[in-house]
Amino acid sequence: MRLFRRPERITLGTVVLTLLALAVAAVVITGSYLTISQGRYTLEVWESFIVAGVALGAVYALIAIGYTLVYGILFMINFAHGEVFMSGAFTAVFAAQALADEGLVESNPILSFSIVLVVAMVVSMLVAILLERIAYRPLRGAPRLVPLITAIGASLVLQYTFRGLYGAGVKAYPTWAMFQGNLDVFGIVIPVARAVVTVAAVVLMLGLWFFVEKTRTGRAMRAVSENKDVAAMMGINVDRIIVITFAIGGVLAGAAGILYTLIFNQVNYTMGFLPGIKAFTAAVLGGIGNIVGAMLGGLALGLLEAVAPFLILEGFGIPSPNQLKDVIAFSVLVLVLIFRPAGFLGRKDNV
Amino acid sequence: MGAYARRATSTGAIFGLAITHLSLVGLVVALNDRELVAGVVSVGSTIAVIAALAAGFVASRPLRKGLAPPAPAVALGSGAIAGLVTGIIITALAWLVEAFTPRDVLINASPQLVAVLHWGQDVMVGNAINVIGGALMGVVGASLRIIPGDLRRGAVTGIGALLGLALMQTFVSQILTGLPLTFVDDFLYEREGLTWPGAITTLVLFGIIGWAWASQRKAFSERLGAMGANQRRTARFSGLGLLLLVLATLPLFVGPFLSQTMDLVGIYIIMGLGLNIVVGFAGLLDLGYVAFYAVGAYATAVLTSPASPAFAPHLDFWIALPLVLAITAAIGLTIGAPVLRLRGDYLAIVTLGFGEIARIVLNSNWMTPYVGGAQGILAVPAPQFLGKDLRDPALLYYPIFVACIIAAIAAISLANSRVGRAWTAMREDESVAEATGVNTIKYKLLAFSMGATFGGLAGAFYAVRIGTVFPQELNIIVSINALALIILGGIGSIPGVIVGAVVLVGLPELLREFSEYRLLLYGIVLVAMMLLRPEGFLPNRSRRAELHEGEGDSEPDWDEKRWERETGTQTPEPEIT
Repeated sequence: MRLFRRPERITLGTVVLTLLALAVAAVVITGSYLTISQGRYTLEVWESFIVAGVALGAVYALIAIGYTLVYGILFMINFAHGEVFMSGAFTAVFAAQALADEGLVESNPILSFSIVLVVAMVVSMLVAILLERIAYRPLRGAPRLVPLITAIGASLVLQYTFRGLYGAGVKAYPTWAMFQGNLDVFGIVIPVARAVVTVAAVVLMLGLWFFVEKTRTGRAMRAVSENKDVAAMMGINVDRIIVITFAIGGVLAGAAGILYTLIFNQVNYTMGFLPGIKAFTAAVLGGIGNIVGAMLGGLALGLLEAVAPFLILEGFGIPSPNQLKDVIAFSVLVLVLIFRPAGFLGRKDNV
Repeated sequence: MGAYARRATSTGAIFGLAITHLSLVGLVVALNDRELVAGVVSVGSTIAVIAALAAGFVASRPLRKGLAPPAPAVALGSGAIAGLVTGIIITALAWLVEAFTPRDVLINASPQLVAVLHWGQDVMVGNAINVIGGALMGVVGASLRIIPGDLRRGAVTGIGALLGLALMQTFVSQILTGLPLTFVDDFLYEREGLTWPGAITTLVLFGIIGWAWASQRKAFSERLGAMGANQRRTARFSGLGLLLLVLATLPLFVGPFLSQTMDLVGIYIIMGLGLNIVVGFAGLLDLGYVAFYAVGAYATAVLTSPASPAFAPHLDFWIALPLVLAITAAIGLTIGAPVLRLRGDYLAIVTLGFGEIARIVLNSNWMTPYVGGAQGILAVPAPQFLGKDLRDPALLYYPIFVACIIAAIAAISLANSRVGRAWTAMREDESVAEATGVNTIKYKLLAFSMGATFGGLAGAFYAVRIGTVFPQELNIIVSINALALIILGGIGSIPGVIVGAVVLVGLPELLREFSEYRLLLYGIVLVAMMLLRPEGFLPNRSRRAELHEGEGDSEPDWDEKRWERETGTQTPEPEIT
């Protein structure tokens, strides 16, 4: 795997791109060197950044799978996927609060957490299916930008519908006593909540892998993503597979929403926008259309977001670098698309 | 008949669910505060009526495009079923809300909503109104389809005018009192809503106007067609001149609030024209257009404001403006150069990333010593003209108005130039354009930096309009605003941009109930336009042809009559060699 192709002839464009690449590399290396040489943070602090990054990355990976599955089959960016993620978590907060009022969160935390998780997954799944039915299905075969614009519109409609339904305020999840405290793994302190997030995400991804690789429907999905027309000739109901794809993306996004609340605890109608774009970045980073790529891309992006502001920016003496963590994510997005739009595991023909 | 009944049921269900959605997000109750006819009907309740009417109208269309329309009885029956289903769903909604009062979760499922849905009557009476009224309204909607087209046009114009006048009460009555036509205002309006005589007069008057226009339109356009090219140009220019004259005198009598709104509309027109070059002409979807707007606003603020934290040359606005435009054009080139190789949807996402990066960086503590960070830059001075401070929105309107005209002329000349044709070729098929010798990278860069310049111009006026620049206001919503307005009007169409800006930026400013639902409205506009009318309401011809490629009923690519009419020449005969 080569990072850069050797250009056939040297044009102004390649010069600009090379200079840009060198500039980015210089910034990254100088910043990291300065930060480390100044010894601003101890090893424990770096460890905690990494632990936080892994958990966040696991959530991004779950959302990114939704983008990548849909892209793999329809070659469209489901820009509203961040809202699918939001809808589940924002709806399930009412279930969680009702369970907390009944005392179930105290007396039977595992059951109540499972209920909340299922509510979020079902709501997100329904929203994803509705989205496909109303906004995307009528536009199959339209010029590529048309479904993208529809998706932006659908994203706004979903955000403001949920704002209208549940209100504009921030709602908090009850605290789960079982997820408090820290674990000690080989001397690294890991908050239980972050460990649960990571493990749950890995379990879900394994489930997805099993589904896609080992079941009949999974095989049909792979066939449709390979070639829709041939798949249809083989007797696969392509429409059904597309709906299933959206549904799976929705279920994973719903679960990601609940895991996200274990880290940040709060929900409101705008919570989907940034994780949505970051997960898209993760999907592109790994190679859009590639499930394993989405998982690794999510992990990489989570780590970058948690570590890079302190590692790279702090060295330059930039105040409150954590404010710029989203800039890191967006810069990764821009740079990946400029230098390697197929991502790191992507198929060439997708680009 | 079975097929019609099934379709009528599903149409009614769709409209009923749409009303359910609007009710539960709170729009129906919010609009209920606005009276249509004072003390009798509110706009909120009218929504249900309109839904049933529209359901009836939609349900009575031919089963498929190109099939014969249904027999009148079938059409009316379909309409009745559709309206009935809509009414039943509204009744069911009211019952569910009342029975379960899910207010802890759904904040807008309130007793007020039930009251509005029951027309302020008892449960039984309200339900009867919904069900029977729904069916009746469905029949009315279907009968709109049966009556001759001219009459239908009249009826729709009348109803539209009624709603428009009711919604635009503040606006219209300010103009009327300013004109001074206070007696008309007194006749039309109560304190809230239209008067009975005013409503009926509006309905009848505009109905007749609409009917007359529809029935005379053909004759009119034939007369226009019969004129020579010169005469036609005169007619067109005098019409345009009259419109410009009205627009130029408008701020003199509409008051400061409306002037402010018109300033904002003007700024969005400039932005829309710029984004239209990028998206409409060149076919590059730019979701980070706000970045250029932000650069324009910040450059203006830094160059002119004495309160700029780091670098404050304190220039005059008119001296700063060319510099601002040059800066934004340069930034457009710099951002464009590395990303324009990307395929359409990736380009959209990358530009979105740029827009967000601009906002977050401007908002950060890092930038506080240079451009004020989260506090922004205050005290941006107003432009001066002949020693007069143009702080007053009614005065600031004029430079914006002139800038809009210049921008529109620039956009039109670009579209009709060699450059414009290169853009069209590139948009329709990039590989073919390249093969025929269009340097696509060059033209893409040109489009991007032209668009950036327009965005910078809009940003400069934004900075002086309020006199402060805040990073929080320069978010992705601005980009989506601009995108929504060009899509509503028609991608690539210049009149479309203007109409889109008036409808999507102007109207929500005037309807304060709407402000909360403005973005919901934009989202619905984006989705609905893409699904139902991707070419927009005032379409650009070639764009329309592209979007309807392969559909039998599209316009012919080559219209000899139009060519002859517009150029005053004969169709060129193909040369035989």
